[in-house]
Amino acid sequence: MAHDCKHLLGELSAYIDGDAAPQICAEIERHLANCADCRVVVDTLRKTVELYRVQPAVRLTGEARNRLFAALRLDDFRPRGE
Amino acid sequence: MPAPNLEPAEQALIERLRAGDKAACAQCVDEHADGLYRIALRMMRNEAEAEDVVQEALLSAFRAIQSFDGRSSLKTWLYRIAYNAALMRLRRNEPVTVPVGEPDDDAETPPVELRDWCCLPEEEFESAAARAELERAIGELSPRLREVFALRELEELSTEETARTLGVTEAVVKVRLHRARLWLRERLAGYFSEFVQARN
Repeated sequence: MAHDCKHLLGELSAYIDGDAAPQICAEIERHLANCADCRVVVDTLRKTVELYRVQPAVRLTGEARNRLFAALRLDDFRPRGE
Repeated sequence: MPAPNLEPAEQALIERLRAGDKAACAQCVDEHADGLYRIALRMMRNEAEAEDVVQEALLSAFRAIQSFDGRSSLKTWLYRIAYNAALMRLRRNEPVTVPVGEPDDDAETPPVELRDWCCLPEEEFESAAARAELERAIGELSPRLREVFALRELEELSTEETARTLGVTEAVVKVRLHRARLWLRERLAGYFSEFVQARN
């Protein structure tokens, strides 16, 4: 990677989250207009974030949940619909 | 002790917890057990141990509820207790290898894989194999990057809440999250680039 690319690398998460300062955004966008490698990095970084955000969330199994309520002696107090 | 930062419903739940109301404890378990389990599982990488951590954390929380000062949400407070419980257990299991107070040596991963794989059809990303690869990649993050990643990205805690949970600064959370993302990007690029190559 060229010096300019490395210089901007640390700002890319803030940039794709929309949290980078306006002057940093402008600097990144100027750089992206002329750097195909960094465009790939930004696009694939964005895609990476998108991929794990749509992963289904892990949950306790029904049995594990039952064990937990039993271990905490809260079986008789479980919310309705449990 | 009223806590001005909390929603009224949460404040009411905490008051009931403080009074030892079992139904409130059960409600708390019902609402937070899955999130606590995910954090514990990311850290322990073992389902049975993660379950034990959740149980231990909730017991500790109910015992210590009088000391909850309301400066963070109940969720952040519980996550911090679960995080500490998991950390203690990891230290017991591997006393030599758990880094405590070491400098942050999870260096930024400079992008090496520069092939564009965003153009692949969506079904390539949605396959069971791709999901398993992503899960493996997250599991291979260093513990320090993985804990920030899990809290910030998977549990969607704010930067401030994540920092509070882990006892680090917000700047550290931002740097570690960015490094985790770059590392995952590199790892996924290695995987998906083969599909791009196969199509060309």
